[in-house]
Amino acid sequence: MGFPPEIILEAVLNGLLTGAVYGLVALGLTLVYGVLHIINFAHGALLTAAMYAAYVARTALGIDPYVAALPLAGLFFVLGYGVQRLVIGPASQGKDENILLVTLGLSIIVENLMLAIFRSDTRSIDVPYAMEVVEFGPALLSWPRLVGFGATLAVGVALFLLMTRTATGKAIRAVAKERTGAALVGIDVAHIYAVTFGIGTACLAIAAALLLPSFYVSPRVGNAFVLVAFTIVVLGGMGSVVGALVGGLVIGVVESLSGLYLGDSLGQIGIFLIFILVLLVRPTGLFGARA
Amino acid sequence: MLEIRGLEAGYGLTTVLRGVDLSVPAGRIVAVLGANGAGKTTLNMAISGLVKPRAGSITFDGRRIDGLPPPAIAEAGLVHVPEGRKIFPNLTVRENLDLGAYRRARGNRARNMDRVFATFPRLKERARQFAGTLSGGEQQMLAIGRGLMAEPRLLILDEPSLGLSPLLVEEMFALIRRLHDEGLAIMLVEQNVAQSLDLADEAHVLENGAFVLGGAAADVRADPHLQRAYLGL
Ligand SMILES: Nc1ncnc2c1ncn2[C@@H]1O[C@H](COP(=O)(O)OP(=O)(O)OP(=O)(O)O)[C@@H](O)[C@H]1O
Ligand SMILES: [Mg+2]
Repeated sequence: MGFPPEIILEAVLNGLLTGAVYGLVALGLTLVYGVLHIINFAHGALLTAAMYAAYVARTALGIDPYVAALPLAGLFFVLGYGVQRLVIGPASQGKDENILLVTLGLSIIVENLMLAIFRSDTRSIDVPYAMEVVEFGPALLSWPRLVGFGATLAVGVALFLLMTRTATGKAIRAVAKERTGAALVGIDVAHIYAVTFGIGTACLAIAAALLLPSFYVSPRVGNAFVLVAFTIVVLGGMGSVVGALVGGLVIGVVESLSGLYLGDSLGQIGIFLIFILVLLVRPTGLFGARA
Repeated sequence: MLEIRGLEAGYGLTTVLRGVDLSVPAGRIVAVLGANGAGKTTLNMAISGLVKPRAGSITFDGRRIDGLPPPAIAEAGLVHVPEGRKIFPNLTVRENLDLGAYRRARGNRARNMDRVFATFPRLKERARQFAGTLSGGEQQMLAIGRGLMAEPRLLILDEPSLGLSPLLVEEMFALIRRLHDEGLAIMLVEQNVAQSLDLADEAHVLENGAFVLGGAAADVRADPHLQRAYLGL
């Protein structure tokens, strides 16, 4: 299995770049879990919807996905806020098992909606920079993935500042661990839940815009990413934001290296080996609180 | 200032409060006493909007507050320091205090934080520490400090001396007296019956979800039923 070192380096670097965007997908999942204590089964469907939104922005309106990323994030924040405030929250009546069913139902509706509108064809957009590469020492890095890495880093920093510097961010962290105390200081818990859900969906919208130049869109595409995101969340620790980003990088490298050694079609096997290994060895994940 | 009439509340199928009447006048300390499970905490929760009343009325400053969501009640200045502290363990001491002013008195946050730190120097030393790593007594100080950050008009304290060493219990009662001297109205729920009666203007005894005894603290102290059941005399 002797690959020259620069090939291995290139695989590791490209893995890191892809992994960052995986981490962004996982970020929304882990944030919602950490604050609302629910697993959002609609995460994949919402990612699909976001990718179609970016697709339509490009094909119908001619807007580059990187330009569309921020407006889409705003749009999906509002969408996520509304879904939690008007659908998931009221329908669940505070019972976690109801929430699972509601988000599952939501994912079925969204997926079928996408299927009805866009048919089951796989689509992709045509941007001039899709195949562009950047030289980094001996390695060639994909330009769209480099952008994805940088944007994810920016989102991570923005989220960190939001969580530590703003009243809303502190309220989110407070609600995550102590709902009663939060309500008593005057925090509107339902509002904070919806804001958190909205941030999670906004992350998805940005991830969608970053993925679109190098991935196909189909009505079920989100699920593939979310399966990886689940692994990342488990690896990083359920509810840990830092864990999601670091876990994303690790998983990106694992996928890239196992793709190199086992071939593209088996590349994801490495991810699921990690998944099982983490559950066996360290079920709380890298950054998870001990139970 | 706080007027409760015919309040009924409970959880699911169980009824806990069966027709509670209580008033807390401005500037007074009113003690609510009662055995475990009598419904004291449920009463506090119903006042702050965390448990929905099933019947009766709660009026604060002449305004009906029953049925309002907790943030609206907190915003009106009715501040509840709950049993079990309910501080934010994953936030620092300073952030916990910041959030005390989330809904009220935001503009005075810096000044009020200085006052809380002056009252509890221990909290100042630990301002950057995560609240979850504080000792039980320090957590109780933080819970009260967080409540004071909102500039309460009426402060509900649910068993503030629970789990404190005798010395700290003394300090806690001294603090409550000082807050009272500054003119704050306080509703004090306590298991320390004798000390609470010393401190309070009025006292009421809750049994099985209804008040069985109430009036001036001195009269309540002299009541034979109270002496037998709560003071072991
Ligand atoms: N969330 C809940 N769900 C169901 N029942 C509850 C709940 N909280 C309290 N209860 C019940 O309501 C009754 C009154 O409880 P409450 O906490 O108000 O008593 P308390 O007077 O504060 O007691 P303590 O002195 O032990 O704090 C108890 O029988 C309790 O089991
Ligand atoms: Mg109680």
